[in-house]
Amino acid sequence: MEFNYLTTILFLPAVGAIIIAFISSENEGIIKRVAAIFTGIPLILAIYLFAVFDRSLGAAGLIQFEEKYLWIAPLNAHYHLGVDGLSMPLVLLTAFLGFLAVFISWKVHERPREYFAWLLLLETSIIGVFASLDLLLFFIMWEIEVIPMYFLISIWGSGRREYSAIKYVLYTLFGSAFMLAGVLMLYFTTGSLNMMDITNQGLGMVQSVMAPGAIFVAFLIGFAVKLPAFPLHTWLPDAHTDAPTAVSVILAGVLIKMGGYGMIRICVGMFPDVAQEYAQPLIIIALIGILYGAAVTLMQTDIKRMIAYSSISHMGYVLLGIFALGQVSLTGAALQMFSHGVVTGLLFAMAGLVIHNIEVRDLRQLGGLVRQVPVMAAVFSVAGLASLGLPTTSGFAAEFLIFLGSFNSTAVPNLQVYTLIAIVGVVLTAGYILWMLQQAFFGPAKDQFNGVKDEDVMEKCYTFVLIAVIMLVGIYPAILTDVIKLGITPIVGFIGG
Amino acid sequence: MNLWLFTPEITLAVFAVLVILLDLGVQQKNTLRSVSLSGLVIAGAASVAMWGGDHPALFNNMLAVDNFALFFKFLFAGIAFLVILASADYVDKFSRFQGEYYAMILLSTLGMMLMAATADLISLYIALELTSISLYVLVGFLKDRKSTEASLKYLLLGALASAVLLYGMALVFGATGQTQLGAIAQSIQAMSLEGLLDSPALLMGIVLLVAGFGFKIAAVPFQMWVPDVYEGAPTPVTAYLSVASKAAGFAIILRVFFSAFGIPEWLSLNWGVIFAVLAVISMIIGNVVAIPQANIKRMLGYSSIAQAGYLMVGLATLGFAPAVAIEGQSTILFFLASYALTNLGAFIVVIVISNKIDSDEIADYAGMGKRAPVLALALTLCLISLIGMPPAAGFMAKFYIFRAAVMNDLLWLVVIAVLNSVISAYYYLRVVKVMWLVQPASGENVPSSGAPRLALFLCCVGVLLLGIIPGLVMKLAELAGKIFIG
Repeated sequence: MEFNYLTTILFLPAVGAIIIAFISSENEGIIKRVAAIFTGIPLILAIYLFAVFDRSLGAAGLIQFEEKYLWIAPLNAHYHLGVDGLSMPLVLLTAFLGFLAVFISWKVHERPREYFAWLLLLETSIIGVFASLDLLLFFIMWEIEVIPMYFLISIWGSGRREYSAIKYVLYTLFGSAFMLAGVLMLYFTTGSLNMMDITNQGLGMVQSVMAPGAIFVAFLIGFAVKLPAFPLHTWLPDAHTDAPTAVSVILAGVLIKMGGYGMIRICVGMFPDVAQEYAQPLIIIALIGILYGAAVTLMQTDIKRMIAYSSISHMGYVLLGIFALGQVSLTGAALQMFSHGVVTGLLFAMAGLVIHNIEVRDLRQLGGLVRQVPVMAAVFSVAGLASLGLPTTSGFAAEFLIFLGSFNSTAVPNLQVYTLIAIVGVVLTAGYILWMLQQAFFGPAKDQFNGVKDEDVMEKCYTFVLIAVIMLVGIYPAILTDVIKLGITPIVGFIGG
Repeated sequence: MNLWLFTPEITLAVFAVLVILLDLGVQQKNTLRSVSLSGLVIAGAASVAMWGGDHPALFNNMLAVDNFALFFKFLFAGIAFLVILASADYVDKFSRFQGEYYAMILLSTLGMMLMAATADLISLYIALELTSISLYVLVGFLKDRKSTEASLKYLLLGALASAVLLYGMALVFGATGQTQLGAIAQSIQAMSLEGLLDSPALLMGIVLLVAGFGFKIAAVPFQMWVPDVYEGAPTPVTAYLSVASKAAGFAIILRVFFSAFGIPEWLSLNWGVIFAVLAVISMIIGNVVAIPQANIKRMLGYSSIAQAGYLMVGLATLGFAPAVAIEGQSTILFFLASYALTNLGAFIVVIVISNKIDSDEIADYAGMGKRAPVLALALTLCLISLIGMPPAAGFMAKFYIFRAAVMNDLLWLVVIAVLNSVISAYYYLRVVKVMWLVQPASGENVPSSGAPRLALFLCCVGVLLLGIIPGLVMKLAELAGKIFIG
């Protein structure tokens, strides 16, 4: 029998969480090492899968490393895992950030046993979302993620953490309530829970009793809350700002990508015709998100809140790329999800370091830090430049593909005009990123910050690794796009555009 | 006639009497517990042994011995078993009356088993009264002011409900001339549509039956007894009421409405709509009123009203589905099984904690995550299951029941139900928050003895198993869904 790579990647963190639950909180060092091992092995396996992933054109639309077992016979539900070009990079990203999150959390000393158990459980559920090919399994993984998030934000967070945590939970549950209705309707109309069958055979296999538009909208609400798309975004600034650093990294890095992934996989993949009908309003929503998100970011003074709002703007690009419905724009959107995951992950890690080492989170009170903490300043600058899409960073490649793709797309009339408006967002992004860097690190040095600690060895390690990934994808994006396009091609084929 | 088919009921009756007699002579009251538990084990095992047999009925079709009845008999035996385990420490509060306590639980279980099996209006009423009278006594067992008030309230409102039910039964009998459910069905099918429309007595009778049963399952607007009774009754009895009594109510509704009023479609659609409307108001009122509750027993009381609402989505499905379909029945059976484990688990934690801190206020649960991590974790799991989130049983139960509803054109009802689940997350998570986030008032640990811990362990394992690999129980529920009509 073939080795079940995906199952191993999926459940090792959960196994680690269970083991950690039995270690006494006093053995903090052991807990952290166990966490590192049980996220490290999945990362190695994910890298291996990514390396041996079949990139030949013949593999377009094929599911690789598939595992399928009957799970609940009366419901015809299967334990069905597999990855294609769309989900492979996201599984890799989750394993990567999940591993780094352990080190980013190295300085957590409060109730470490529970903290790492929840963190590892969170990783399992997110990987589960990306790797599931059965709608029921997908939905279960989608829901499970809420519980660890609730505890992680409300116990280890800062500020109004309890408010932010419950707000996050209620928003998510509200979205998934609609999604559940969508799953049930889809199940009823197709009689299947197999996501690949539904995608490939279309709703033709259907007794078509329910309007596909209703199913599309039900799923869309669920994904739009998570992405988040305007006007369902208001949970995000609170949750990101108040979450502990590593959780912000996971939240911004991979969790909100679940929304984009779901939109491509289900909304566009299964309902290409409906997606075309709804593309225009959704692109307008994307534009509002880009510009409004960027404008609000400009006004922030809290370092974490600022990065949080910038995510809304960046996710607007993803939404634009998805509903421009072209091969290039969709590839760009998928690349942007990966890129934003790494870049914003790094930004949040750095913001966490600033808050931890300098104990100030208001940008107006910072300043001139480049002299006291040169390494931090350099890393933060690289992350910021990647966020505003400077060439040679991953952000440039992704945004360039999105704009190129949507400019050339004919899915929606006047898309060129919309694209040009969206590009204004890049200018605003440059504005707030440069302002943030200038406020925090440049200008006259302040004596009160003399003697603050710069990055230690471990922090240097993980920040440099993140920078390396950003540059690698920026200089040679084909390493990802070759994989992504195998997942996108069949979807675009359905659109026929 | 084969009296062996009556084994579970006879066993319980014999053991109930035995416990009372032993109570006179035995000093070690723990013996009484073991004796009652073994009675329940025998009754449960006998039900399992009869599963799948082809002996449909007893006593001239008064009692059915189909898989449906056996499913419930096993469920009730299991619930009573867990409740008795869970009351191990609690019974010290009324140490003089332990024998009566166990006997009453056994007798009410007997009544519920009969309720699930009854296929005739007369045996139905007897079974219902046997259950209710035992429960009236159990509710008043603490003999303090709240408990007595609860008992009296339950008795008065219960008697009213019984009267309404009797009146409904009389009207149905008057319209059809039959008491046996299968015979009622035949008589109704013999009527023409005009005949049915011209017979308001029958329709009135059906509506009154809904009202009478609605009291048992605590559906809005027949729920006003719930909060006070739940708060005043001894906590194990509250647990028992919220789970077993509700399950028995659903068992009897399923049997009566499926067997007697399932055909013609015109009729079943109409009571389907009634249950759909009751489901909506039960869910909304149960969930909204649960939000401000400060007492966890009252909160769980309102939550059980909301859960009855979700279950009635299944009843509405039963009405809307074609008469041969079994989705309505099987989904309700599965939901009841998972609800029983979940709610019992939650109540066992409440019992153990109130034994120690002598309070049921949610605020006093502060810091339970530190004082009693295992109990707090178990309660968290049960509350997550009540919200209906994976990986707990509650999710699968809801998914299963909502799926059947969507398949039968009740999408609107499902949308209301899932949105209600979101509301419910707020008050369930409030308890979670208090347990894990608020600092404890005292650092003292909360001890628990072996028996409740075993019961809690069984509940939690059950909740997880039904949530992760529900296939087997769903299969059993489908087999049990084919109700014998007679």
